[in-house]
Amino acid sequence: MAAIAIARIRPVQNDPVHAIEARLEGVTRVYPPRGSHPALHALGPVSLELRKGEFFSVVGPSGCGKSTLLDALSGLARPTSGTVEFEGRPVGASVPDGVGVVFQEDSSFPWLTVEENIAFGLRRNGVDAAEVKRRVDYAVGFMGLGNFRQAYPSQLSGGMRQRVCIGRTLVQRPRLILLDEPFGALDQQTRLLMGDELLRLWRETGATVLLITHSLDEAALLSDRIGVMSARPGTFIEVVETAWPRERDSNLAGHADFGAVTAKLWTLLRAESQRAMGLGARP
Amino acid sequence: MMSRAASLRLGIVAIALVALEVACRSGAISDKVLVAPSRMVIAMAELLASGELLPDLEQTFSAVGIALCASVAGGVAAGLALHAMPVVRHALEPYLGAYYAIPHFAFYPLLVVMFGLGVMPLVLLASLFSMVVVIAATLTGLDRVPRVLLKTALLYRMTPWQSFWSIRLPAALPHLLSGVKLAVSYCFIAVIGGEFIMSTSGVGHQIALAYDNFQGARMYGLIVLVLLITVTTNMLLYGYERLAARRRGA
Repeated sequence: MAAIAIARIRPVQNDPVHAIEARLEGVTRVYPPRGSHPALHALGPVSLELRKGEFFSVVGPSGCGKSTLLDALSGLARPTSGTVEFEGRPVGASVPDGVGVVFQEDSSFPWLTVEENIAFGLRRNGVDAAEVKRRVDYAVGFMGLGNFRQAYPSQLSGGMRQRVCIGRTLVQRPRLILLDEPFGALDQQTRLLMGDELLRLWRETGATVLLITHSLDEAALLSDRIGVMSARPGTFIEVVETAWPRERDSNLAGHADFGAVTAKLWTLLRAESQRAMGLGARP
Repeated sequence: MMSRAASLRLGIVAIALVALEVACRSGAISDKVLVAPSRMVIAMAELLASGELLPDLEQTFSAVGIALCASVAGGVAAGLALHAMPVVRHALEPYLGAYYAIPHFAFYPLLVVMFGLGVMPLVLLASLFSMVVVIAATLTGLDRVPRVLLKTALLYRMTPWQSFWSIRLPAALPHLLSGVKLAVSYCFIAVIGGEFIMSTSGVGHQIALAYDNFQGARMYGLIVLVLLITVTTNMLLYGYERLAARRRGA
Protein backbone atom coordinates (compact mmCIF):
# COMPACT_ATOMS: atom_id res chain seq x y z
CA MET A 1 0.00 0.00 0.00
CA ALA A 2 1.35 3.40 -0.93
CA ALA A 3 2.05 5.89 1.78
CA ILE A 4 -1.14 7.58 2.84
CA ALA A 5 -1.32 11.10 4.09
CA ILE A 6 -3.01 11.54 7.43
CA ALA A 7 -6.57 12.76 7.14
CA ARG A 8 -6.83 16.44 6.49
CA ILE A 9 -9.80 18.55 7.26
CA ARG A 10 -11.01 21.43 5.20
CA PRO A 11 -14.19 23.36 4.99
CA VAL A 12 -16.26 23.15 1.82
CA GLN A 13 -15.16 25.86 -0.55
CA ASN A 14 -15.00 26.66 -4.20
CA ASP A 15 -12.42 24.43 -5.72
CA PRO A 16 -10.67 25.77 -8.82
CA VAL A 17 -8.44 22.67 -9.23
CA HIS A 18 -11.05 19.95 -9.76
CA ALA A 19 -13.81 19.69 -12.35
CA ILE A 20 -17.17 19.86 -10.64
CA GLU A 21 -19.79 17.18 -11.35
CA ALA A 22 -22.59 18.48 -9.16
CA ARG A 23 -23.14 21.48 -6.99
CA LEU A 24 -25.54 22.38 -4.19
CA GLU A 25 -25.74 26.00 -3.13
CA GLY A 26 -27.62 27.24 -0.10
CA VAL A 27 -30.02 24.32 -0.31
CA THR A 28 -32.67 24.10 2.41
CA ARG A 29 -35.71 21.92 2.83
CA VAL A 30 -38.55 22.92 5.09
CA TYR A 31 -41.55 20.61 5.26
CA PRO A 32 -44.73 22.69 5.59
CA PRO A 33 -46.95 22.15 8.64
CA ARG A 34 -49.41 19.26 8.25
CA GLY A 35 -52.34 18.77 10.58
CA SER A 36 -51.04 18.92 14.12
CA HIS A 37 -47.40 18.70 12.98
CA PRO A 38 -45.60 22.05 12.90
CA ALA A 39 -43.32 22.98 9.99
CA LEU A 40 -40.08 21.00 10.03
CA HIS A 41 -36.79 22.53 8.98
CA ALA A 42 -35.07 19.32 7.85
CA LEU A 43 -32.03 20.50 5.97
CA GLY A 44 -29.62 23.29 5.40
CA PRO A 45 -28.63 25.61 4.24
CA VAL A 46 -26.01 23.31 2.72
CA SER A 47 -23.50 23.94 -0.03
CA LEU A 48 -21.43 21.21 -1.57
CA GLU A 49 -19.33 20.67 -4.66
CA LEU A 50 -18.88 17.11 -5.82
CA ARG A 51 -15.67 16.72 -7.81
CA LYS A 52 -15.85 14.73 -11.00
CA GLY A 53 -14.93 11.11 -10.33
CA GLU A 54 -14.64 11.32 -6.56
CA PHE A 55 -16.12 9.03 -3.94
CA PHE A 56 -17.90 11.25 -1.44
CA SER A 57 -19.68 9.98 1.64
CA VAL A 58 -22.09 11.78 3.91
CA VAL A 59 -22.35 10.86 7.58
CA GLY A 60 -24.46 12.51 10.22
CA PRO A 61 -26.74 11.81 13.15
CA SER A 62 -30.12 10.17 12.54
CA GLY A 63 -32.71 12.52 11.12
CA CYS A 64 -30.20 15.17 10.09
CA GLY A 65 -31.53 15.35 6.54
CA LYS A 66 -29.08 13.07 4.71
CA SER A 67 -31.83 11.50 2.62
CA THR A 68 -33.40 14.90 2.03
CA LEU A 69 -30.02 16.03 0.70
CA LEU A 70 -29.99 13.09 -1.69
CA ASP A 71 -33.55 13.80 -2.81
CA ALA A 72 -32.58 17.39 -3.63
CA LEU A 73 -29.39 16.40 -5.42
CA SER A 74 -31.14 13.75 -7.53
CA GLY A 75 -34.14 15.88 -8.45
CA LEU A 76 -36.50 13.48 -6.65
CA ALA A 77 -37.74 16.40 -4.53
CA ARG A 78 -37.28 20.11 -4.99
CA PRO A 79 -35.47 22.01 -2.25
CA THR A 80 -37.34 24.83 -0.50
CA SER A 81 -34.58 27.23 -1.44
CA GLY A 82 -31.14 27.14 -3.01
CA THR A 83 -29.90 25.76 -6.31
CA VAL A 84 -28.80 22.34 -7.48
CA GLU A 85 -26.68 21.77 -10.55
CA PHE A 86 -25.57 18.62 -12.31
CA GLU A 87 -22.90 18.95 -15.00
CA GLY A 88 -23.44 22.69 -15.02
CA ARG A 89 -27.19 22.49 -15.69
CA PRO A 90 -29.80 23.23 -13.03
CA VAL A 91 -31.64 20.21 -11.65
CA GLY A 92 -35.39 20.77 -11.86
CA ALA A 93 -38.30 18.71 -10.74
CA SER A 94 -37.14 15.47 -12.37
CA VAL A 95 -34.10 13.21 -12.23
CA PRO A 96 -31.60 14.26 -14.92
CA ASP A 97 -30.14 11.81 -17.41
CA GLY A 98 -26.87 10.44 -16.11
CA VAL A 99 -27.94 10.32 -12.47
CA GLY A 100 -28.55 6.91 -10.88
CA VAL A 101 -29.98 6.34 -7.41
CA VAL A 102 -29.88 3.25 -5.19
CA PHE A 103 -32.14 3.25 -2.14
CA GLN A 104 -31.74 1.61 1.24
CA GLU A 105 -34.92 -0.42 0.88
CA ASP A 106 -35.05 -3.23 -1.61
CA SER A 107 -36.47 -1.63 -4.73
CA SER A 108 -36.26 -4.63 -7.04
CA PHE A 109 -39.53 -5.47 -8.77
CA PRO A 110 -40.80 -8.73 -7.26
CA TRP A 111 -42.75 -9.63 -10.41
CA LEU A 112 -39.71 -9.53 -12.70
CA THR A 113 -36.71 -11.86 -12.94
CA VAL A 114 -33.23 -10.59 -12.13
CA GLU A 115 -32.55 -10.12 -15.82
CA GLU A 116 -35.83 -8.29 -16.46
CA ASN A 117 -35.23 -6.10 -13.41
CA ILE A 118 -31.82 -5.06 -14.69
CA ALA A 119 -33.11 -4.46 -18.23
CA PHE A 120 -36.16 -2.51 -17.00
CA GLY A 121 -34.91 1.05 -17.56
CA LEU A 122 -33.20 0.24 -20.86
CA ARG A 123 -36.32 -1.38 -22.32
CA ARG A 124 -38.38 1.59 -21.21
CA ASN A 125 -36.01 3.92 -23.02
CA GLY A 126 -36.34 1.85 -26.19
CA VAL A 127 -32.69 0.76 -26.29
CA ASP A 128 -32.42 -1.93 -29.00
CA ALA A 129 -32.48 -5.56 -27.94
CA ALA A 130 -28.88 -6.39 -28.79
CA GLU A 131 -27.58 -3.45 -26.78
CA VAL A 132 -29.87 -4.32 -23.85
CA LYS A 133 -28.50 -7.85 -23.86
CA ARG A 134 -24.90 -6.63 -24.00
CA ARG A 135 -25.36 -4.22 -21.09
CA VAL A 136 -27.37 -6.68 -19.01
CA ASP A 137 -24.74 -9.39 -19.58
CA TYR A 138 -22.09 -6.97 -18.38
CA ALA A 139 -24.05 -5.91 -15.29
CA VAL A 140 -25.02 -9.50 -14.42
CA GLY A 141 -21.37 -10.52 -14.69
CA PHE A 142 -20.12 -7.50 -12.80
CA MET A 143 -22.55 -7.96 -9.92
CA GLY A 144 -21.95 -11.74 -9.74
CA LEU A 145 -25.55 -12.60 -10.57
CA GLY A 146 -24.70 -15.03 -13.40
CA ASN A 147 -26.39 -18.01 -11.75
CA PHE A 148 -29.51 -16.06 -10.88
CA ARG A 149 -30.52 -14.45 -14.16
CA GLN A 150 -33.90 -16.18 -14.25
CA ALA A 151 -34.48 -16.05 -10.47
CA TYR A 152 -37.09 -13.81 -8.89
CA PRO A 153 -35.98 -11.39 -6.15
CA SER A 154 -37.85 -13.44 -3.53
CA GLN A 155 -35.42 -16.28 -4.19
CA LEU A 156 -32.42 -14.08 -3.38
CA SER A 157 -30.85 -12.85 -0.15
CA GLY A 158 -30.99 -9.18 0.85
CA GLY A 159 -27.45 -8.60 -0.40
CA MET A 160 -28.19 -10.20 -3.77
CA ARG A 161 -31.34 -8.12 -4.18
CA GLN A 162 -29.35 -4.97 -3.51
CA ARG A 163 -26.92 -6.12 -6.22
CA VAL A 164 -29.88 -6.37 -8.59
CA CYS A 165 -30.79 -2.76 -7.74
CA ILE A 166 -27.21 -1.61 -8.25
CA GLY A 167 -27.10 -3.57 -11.53
CA ARG A 168 -30.29 -1.87 -12.65
CA THR A 169 -28.63 1.50 -12.03
CA LEU A 170 -25.33 0.43 -13.56
CA VAL A 171 -26.77 -0.49 -17.00
CA GLN A 172 -28.00 3.07 -17.40
CA ARG A 173 -24.33 4.16 -17.31
CA PRO A 174 -24.84 6.95 -14.79
CA ARG A 175 -22.13 9.57 -14.42
CA LEU A 176 -23.31 10.37 -10.90
CA ILE A 177 -24.39 7.52 -8.64
CA LEU A 178 -26.25 8.42 -5.44
CA LEU A 179 -26.61 5.71 -2.83
CA ASP A 180 -28.86 6.16 0.19
CA GLU A 181 -27.58 3.74 2.84
CA PRO A 182 -27.70 0.91 0.33
CA PHE A 183 -26.13 -1.62 2.71
CA GLY A 184 -28.02 -0.48 5.80
CA ALA A 185 -30.04 -3.68 6.02
CA LEU A 186 -27.12 -6.06 5.45
CA ASP A 187 -24.89 -7.87 7.94
CA GLN A 188 -21.36 -6.57 8.60
CA GLN A 189 -19.48 -9.11 6.43
CA THR A 190 -21.83 -8.62 3.48
CA ARG A 191 -21.49 -4.86 3.94
CA LEU A 192 -17.71 -5.03 3.69
CA LEU A 193 -17.83 -7.16 0.55
CA MET A 194 -20.50 -4.96 -1.03
CA GLY A 195 -18.30 -1.98 -0.22
CA ASP A 196 -15.45 -3.59 -2.17
CA GLU A 197 -17.76 -4.12 -5.11
CA LEU A 198 -18.89 -0.55 -4.93
CA LEU A 199 -15.26 0.58 -5.07
CA ARG A 200 -14.66 -1.66 -8.08
CA LEU A 201 -17.75 -0.26 -9.78
CA TRP A 202 -16.62 3.27 -9.03
CA ARG A 203 -13.15 2.61 -10.46
CA GLU A 204 -14.36 0.85 -13.59
CA THR A 205 -17.13 3.27 -14.50
CA GLY A 206 -15.29 6.44 -13.55
CA ALA A 207 -18.57 7.75 -12.17
CA THR A 208 -18.84 10.20 -9.30
CA VAL A 209 -20.29 8.50 -6.23
CA LEU A 210 -22.16 10.04 -3.32
CA LEU A 211 -22.83 7.54 -0.56
CA ILE A 212 -25.04 8.24 2.41
CA THR A 213 -24.23 5.97 5.30
CA HIS A 214 -24.61 5.79 9.04
CA SER A 215 -21.51 3.62 9.32
CA LEU A 216 -18.40 5.64 10.09
CA ASP A 217 -16.22 2.64 9.18
CA GLU A 218 -17.85 2.35 5.80
CA ALA A 219 -17.37 6.06 5.11
CA ALA A 220 -13.75 5.95 6.24
CA LEU A 221 -12.94 2.86 4.15
CA LEU A 222 -14.58 3.83 0.90
CA SER A 223 -14.36 7.57 0.49
CA ASP A 224 -12.05 10.19 -0.92
CA ARG A 225 -13.92 12.78 1.10
CA ILE A 226 -16.46 12.52 3.87
CA GLY A 227 -18.96 15.25 4.63
CA VAL A 228 -19.92 15.32 8.30
CA MET A 229 -23.35 16.74 8.97
CA SER A 230 -24.75 18.40 12.06
CA ALA A 231 -27.98 17.43 13.82
CA ARG A 232 -31.23 18.69 12.24
CA PRO A 233 -31.42 20.96 10.38
CA GLY A 234 -28.37 19.32 8.81
CA THR A 235 -25.47 21.38 7.56
CA PHE A 236 -21.90 20.32 6.82
CA ILE A 237 -19.69 20.81 9.87
CA GLU A 238 -16.55 19.56 8.19
CA VAL A 239 -15.35 17.73 5.13
CA VAL A 240 -12.69 15.15 5.96
CA GLU A 241 -10.29 14.13 3.21
CA THR A 242 -8.75 10.64 3.34
CA ALA A 243 -6.13 10.60 0.58
CA TRP A 244 -6.58 6.86 -0.09
CA PRO A 245 -5.20 5.62 -3.41
CA ARG A 246 -7.77 4.93 -6.13
CA GLU A 247 -6.88 1.22 -6.04
CA ARG A 248 -8.16 0.20 -2.62
CA ASP A 249 -10.39 -2.27 -0.85
CA SER A 250 -11.62 -3.28 2.59
CA ASN A 251 -8.10 -4.40 3.55
CA LEU A 252 -7.61 -0.73 4.37
CA ALA A 253 -9.34 -1.60 7.63
CA GLY A 254 -5.97 -2.77 8.88
CA HIS A 255 -4.25 0.50 8.00
CA ALA A 256 -3.29 2.86 10.80
CA ASP A 257 -4.86 5.83 9.03
CA PHE A 258 -8.20 4.06 8.89
CA GLY A 259 -8.44 4.24 12.67
CA ALA A 260 -7.38 7.88 12.56
CA VAL A 261 -10.09 8.79 10.03
CA THR A 262 -12.79 6.91 11.93
CA ALA A 263 -11.71 8.52 15.20
CA LYS A 264 -11.76 11.94 13.56
CA LEU A 265 -15.30 11.35 12.26
CA TRP A 266 -16.50 10.23 15.66
CA THR A 267 -14.93 13.25 17.38
CA LEU A 268 -16.86 15.48 15.00
CA LEU A 269 -20.08 13.54 15.29
CA ARG A 270 -20.27 12.71 18.97
CA ALA A 271 -21.70 15.99 20.18
CA GLU A 272 -24.07 16.18 17.21
CA SER A 273 -25.38 12.67 17.79
CA GLN A 274 -26.01 13.52 21.43
CA ARG A 275 -27.85 16.63 20.32
CA ALA A 276 -29.94 14.56 17.89
CA MET A 277 -30.84 12.15 20.70
CA GLY A 278 -31.90 15.03 22.90
CA LEU A 279 -28.92 14.67 25.24
CA GLY A 280 -26.77 17.65 26.18
CA ALA A 281 -23.25 17.57 24.74
CA ARG A 282 -20.91 16.34 27.39
CA PRO A 283 -17.10 16.51 27.36
CA MET B 1 -47.93 -36.42 -4.71
CA MET B 2 -51.06 -35.02 -3.14
CA SER B 3 -50.68 -32.98 0.02
CA ARG B 4 -52.37 -34.15 3.21
CA ALA B 5 -54.75 -31.21 3.10
CA ALA B 6 -55.78 -32.05 -0.46
CA SER B 7 -56.39 -35.74 0.36
CA LEU B 8 -58.41 -34.72 3.40
CA ARG B 9 -60.42 -32.27 1.30
CA LEU B 10 -61.24 -34.95 -1.29
CA GLY B 11 -61.88 -37.52 1.44
CA ILE B 12 -64.49 -35.35 3.14
CA VAL B 13 -66.33 -34.81 -0.15
CA ALA B 14 -66.16 -38.52 -1.01
CA ILE B 15 -67.52 -39.60 2.38
CA ALA B 16 -70.33 -37.05 2.22
CA LEU B 17 -71.26 -38.17 -1.31
CA VAL B 18 -71.32 -41.86 -0.38
CA ALA B 19 -73.41 -41.13 2.73
CA LEU B 20 -75.84 -39.06 0.68
CA GLU B 21 -76.04 -41.75 -2.01
CA VAL B 22 -76.83 -44.40 0.59
CA ALA B 23 -79.37 -42.19 2.38
CA CYS B 24 -81.19 -41.39 -0.88
CA ARG B 25 -81.10 -44.91 -2.33
CA SER B 26 -82.32 -46.48 0.92
CA GLY B 27 -85.25 -44.09 1.03
CA ALA B 28 -84.14 -42.36 4.23
CA ILE B 29 -84.29 -39.13 2.25
CA SER B 30 -87.30 -38.77 -0.03
CA ASP B 31 -86.47 -38.16 -3.70
CA LYS B 32 -88.90 -35.24 -3.59
CA VAL B 33 -86.42 -33.50 -1.29
CA LEU B 34 -83.06 -34.61 -2.61
CA VAL B 35 -81.98 -37.04 -5.32
CA ALA B 36 -78.98 -39.34 -5.09
CA PRO B 37 -75.72 -37.76 -6.27
CA SER B 38 -75.35 -40.38 -9.00
CA ARG B 39 -78.75 -39.38 -10.40
CA MET B 40 -77.72 -35.71 -10.27
CA VAL B 41 -74.63 -36.48 -12.35
CA ILE B 42 -76.55 -38.65 -14.82
CA ALA B 43 -79.20 -35.94 -15.21
CA MET B 44 -76.47 -33.38 -15.83
CA ALA B 45 -74.76 -35.60 -18.41
CA GLU B 46 -78.06 -36.20 -20.22
CA LEU B 47 -78.83 -32.50 -20.28
CA LEU B 48 -75.42 -31.70 -21.69
CA ALA B 49 -75.58 -34.53 -24.24
CA SER B 50 -79.03 -33.49 -25.49
CA GLY B 51 -77.72 -30.04 -26.35
CA GLU B 52 -80.97 -28.41 -25.23
CA LEU B 53 -79.06 -26.45 -22.58
CA LEU B 54 -76.69 -24.76 -25.02
CA PRO B 55 -78.64 -21.50 -25.48
CA ASP B 56 -79.08 -21.19 -21.71
CA LEU B 57 -75.42 -21.85 -21.02
CA GLU B 58 -74.51 -19.33 -23.66
CA GLN B 59 -76.71 -16.65 -22.08
CA THR B 60 -75.54 -17.29 -18.54
CA PHE B 61 -71.87 -17.37 -19.47
CA SER B 62 -71.96 -14.34 -21.68
CA ALA B 63 -73.78 -12.41 -18.95
CA VAL B 64 -71.19 -13.53 -16.35
CA GLY B 65 -68.31 -12.79 -18.74
CA ILE B 66 -69.51 -9.31 -19.66
CA ALA B 67 -70.38 -8.48 -16.05
CA LEU B 68 -66.97 -9.69 -14.84
CA CYS B 69 -65.12 -7.59 -17.42
CA ALA B 70 -67.22 -4.57 -16.54
CA SER B 71 -66.79 -4.99 -12.81
CA VAL B 72 -63.02 -5.57 -13.01
CA ALA B 73 -62.44 -2.66 -15.40
CA GLY B 74 -64.85 -0.38 -13.53
CA GLY B 75 -63.67 -1.52 -10.11
CA VAL B 76 -59.98 -0.99 -10.88
CA ALA B 77 -60.70 2.40 -12.46
CA ALA B 78 -62.88 3.49 -9.53
CA GLY B 79 -60.31 2.14 -7.04
CA LEU B 80 -57.56 4.06 -8.78
CA ALA B 81 -59.62 7.26 -8.84
CA LEU B 82 -60.54 6.93 -5.15
CA HIS B 83 -56.91 6.24 -4.28
CA ALA B 84 -55.89 9.41 -6.05
CA MET B 85 -58.51 11.46 -4.18
CA PRO B 86 -58.04 10.70 -0.48
CA VAL B 87 -60.72 13.14 0.66
CA VAL B 88 -63.39 11.60 -1.58
CA ARG B 89 -62.25 8.16 -0.50
CA HIS B 90 -62.48 9.11 3.15
CA ALA B 91 -66.00 10.44 2.57
CA LEU B 92 -67.19 7.34 0.70
CA GLU B 93 -65.48 4.61 2.71
CA PRO B 94 -68.38 4.01 5.17
CA TYR B 95 -70.77 3.58 2.23
CA LEU B 96 -68.45 1.13 0.53
CA GLY B 97 -68.20 -0.81 3.77
CA ALA B 98 -71.99 -1.00 4.10
CA TYR B 99 -72.53 -1.76 0.40
CA TYR B 100 -73.16 -5.48 0.83
CA ALA B 101 -75.96 -4.82 3.27
CA ILE B 102 -78.03 -3.58 0.30
CA PRO B 103 -80.50 -6.21 -0.99
CA HIS B 104 -79.32 -5.95 -4.60
CA PHE B 105 -81.81 -8.49 -5.89
CA ALA B 106 -84.67 -6.23 -4.86
CA PHE B 107 -83.59 -3.91 -7.67
CA TYR B 108 -83.56 -6.64 -10.30
CA PRO B 109 -87.27 -6.37 -11.19
CA LEU B 110 -86.76 -2.61 -11.55
CA LEU B 111 -83.85 -3.25 -13.92
CA VAL B 112 -86.07 -5.62 -15.92
CA VAL B 113 -88.71 -2.91 -16.19
CA MET B 114 -86.11 -0.43 -17.35
CA PHE B 115 -84.15 -2.63 -19.76
CA GLY B 116 -86.49 -5.48 -20.58
CA LEU B 117 -85.91 -9.19 -20.09
CA GLY B 118 -82.57 -10.33 -21.45
CA VAL B 119 -78.87 -10.09 -20.81
CA MET B 120 -78.76 -6.36 -20.03
CA PRO B 121 -80.45 -6.29 -16.59
CA LEU B 122 -78.49 -9.41 -15.58
CA VAL B 123 -75.19 -7.82 -16.58
CA LEU B 124 -76.09 -4.65 -14.71
CA LEU B 125 -77.11 -6.51 -11.58
CA ALA B 126 -73.99 -8.68 -11.62
CA SER B 127 -71.55 -5.87 -12.28
CA LEU B 128 -73.08 -3.60 -9.64
CA PHE B 129 -73.06 -6.50 -7.21
CA SER B 130 -69.43 -7.51 -7.82
CA MET B 131 -67.75 -4.17 -8.50
CA VAL B 132 -67.28 -3.09 -4.89
CA VAL B 133 -65.13 -6.10 -3.97
CA VAL B 134 -62.86 -5.16 -6.87
CA ILE B 135 -62.76 -1.52 -5.69
CA ALA B 136 -61.87 -2.64 -2.16
CA ALA B 137 -59.18 -5.02 -3.42
CA THR B 138 -57.72 -2.32 -5.69
CA LEU B 139 -57.55 0.16 -2.80
CA THR B 140 -55.86 -2.39 -0.52
CA GLY B 141 -53.41 -3.31 -3.28
CA LEU B 142 -52.51 0.30 -4.06
CA ASP B 143 -52.15 1.14 -0.35
CA ARG B 144 -49.55 -1.59 -0.01
CA VAL B 145 -47.30 -0.66 -2.91
CA PRO B 146 -43.94 -0.02 -1.22
CA ARG B 147 -43.02 3.67 -1.25
CA VAL B 148 -39.59 2.86 -2.58
CA LEU B 149 -41.16 1.49 -5.77
CA LEU B 150 -43.04 4.76 -6.26
CA LYS B 151 -39.75 6.61 -5.82
CA THR B 152 -38.28 4.28 -8.44
CA ALA B 153 -41.03 5.38 -10.83
CA LEU B 154 -39.84 8.96 -10.32
CA LEU B 155 -36.29 7.87 -11.10
CA TYR B 156 -37.44 6.60 -14.47
CA ARG B 157 -39.34 9.86 -15.01
CA MET B 158 -42.59 8.00 -15.51
CA THR B 159 -45.85 9.81 -16.05
CA PRO B 160 -48.56 8.89 -13.51
CA TRP B 161 -50.12 6.66 -16.16
CA GLN B 162 -46.85 4.84 -16.92
CA SER B 163 -46.16 4.40 -13.24
CA PHE B 164 -49.62 2.87 -12.87
CA TRP B 165 -49.12 0.36 -15.70
CA SER B 166 -45.50 -0.54 -15.09
CA ILE B 167 -45.26 -0.39 -11.31
CA ARG B 168 -48.40 0.15 -9.27
CA LEU B 169 -50.62 -2.31 -11.10
CA PRO B 170 -48.15 -5.23 -11.07
CA ALA B 171 -47.21 -4.45 -7.46
CA ALA B 172 -50.89 -4.46 -6.46
CA LEU B 173 -51.71 -7.56 -8.51
CA PRO B 174 -51.83 -10.14 -5.70
CA HIS B 175 -54.53 -8.14 -3.89
CA LEU B 176 -56.31 -7.46 -7.13
CA LEU B 177 -56.46 -11.18 -7.93
CA SER B 178 -58.19 -11.88 -4.63
CA GLY B 179 -60.77 -9.28 -5.62
CA VAL B 180 -61.22 -10.85 -9.07
CA LYS B 181 -61.70 -14.30 -7.54
CA LEU B 182 -64.49 -12.97 -5.36
CA ALA B 183 -65.96 -11.04 -8.29
CA VAL B 184 -66.22 -14.29 -10.32
CA SER B 185 -68.33 -15.87 -7.59
CA TYR B 186 -70.40 -12.72 -7.14
CA CYS B 187 -71.12 -12.52 -10.88
CA PHE B 188 -72.32 -16.13 -10.98
CA ILE B 189 -74.49 -15.55 -7.91
CA ALA B 190 -76.06 -12.42 -9.39
CA VAL B 191 -76.64 -13.76 -12.91
CA ILE B 192 -78.04 -17.14 -11.86
CA GLY B 193 -80.02 -15.52 -9.04
CA GLY B 194 -81.46 -12.97 -11.45
CA GLU B 195 -82.37 -15.64 -13.97
CA PHE B 196 -83.95 -17.66 -11.19
CA ILE B 197 -86.16 -14.77 -10.10
CA MET B 198 -87.30 -13.55 -13.49
CA SER B 199 -86.08 -14.60 -16.91
CA THR B 200 -87.10 -16.55 -19.98
CA SER B 201 -83.81 -18.37 -20.45
CA GLY B 202 -80.46 -19.05 -18.82
CA VAL B 203 -79.21 -21.72 -16.42
CA GLY B 204 -80.89 -20.01 -13.46
CA HIS B 205 -84.20 -19.99 -15.35
CA GLN B 206 -83.84 -23.71 -16.13
CA ILE B 207 -83.22 -24.40 -12.43
CA ALA B 208 -86.36 -22.45 -11.50
CA LEU B 209 -88.35 -24.28 -14.19
CA ALA B 210 -87.24 -27.71 -12.98
CA TYR B 211 -88.00 -26.63 -9.42
CA ASP B 212 -91.53 -25.52 -10.32
CA ASN B 213 -92.16 -28.78 -12.20
CA PHE B 214 -90.89 -31.09 -9.44
CA GLN B 215 -88.06 -32.33 -11.68
CA GLY B 216 -85.65 -32.99 -8.81
CA ALA B 217 -82.97 -34.82 -10.77
CA ARG B 218 -82.92 -32.14 -13.49
CA MET B 219 -82.77 -29.30 -10.96
CA TYR B 220 -79.92 -30.86 -9.00
CA GLY B 221 -78.13 -31.80 -12.21
CA LEU B 222 -78.15 -28.15 -13.19
CA ILE B 223 -76.92 -27.08 -9.76
CA VAL B 224 -74.07 -29.59 -9.96
CA LEU B 225 -73.17 -28.20 -13.36
CA VAL B 226 -73.03 -24.65 -11.98
CA LEU B 227 -70.95 -25.86 -9.05
CA LEU B 228 -68.50 -27.67 -11.32
CA ILE B 229 -68.04 -24.61 -13.50
CA THR B 230 -67.53 -22.13 -10.65
CA VAL B 231 -65.19 -24.44 -8.77
CA THR B 232 -63.12 -24.99 -11.92
CA THR B 233 -62.94 -21.27 -12.66
CA ASN B 234 -61.89 -20.52 -9.10
CA MET B 235 -59.30 -23.32 -9.10
CA LEU B 236 -57.75 -21.91 -12.28
CA LEU B 237 -57.56 -18.45 -10.75
CA TYR B 238 -56.24 -19.91 -7.52
CA GLY B 239 -53.55 -21.79 -9.45
CA TYR B 240 -52.50 -18.62 -11.23
CA GLU B 241 -52.50 -16.72 -7.95
CA ARG B 242 -50.29 -19.36 -6.35
CA LEU B 243 -47.88 -19.24 -9.26
CA ALA B 244 -47.64 -15.45 -9.02
CA ALA B 245 -47.29 -15.63 -5.24
CA ARG B 246 -44.52 -18.22 -5.40
CA ARG B 247 -42.49 -15.94 -7.63
CA ARG B 248 -42.87 -13.15 -5.13
CA GLY B 249 -41.91 -15.43 -2.28
CA ALA B 250 -45.29 -15.08 -0.60
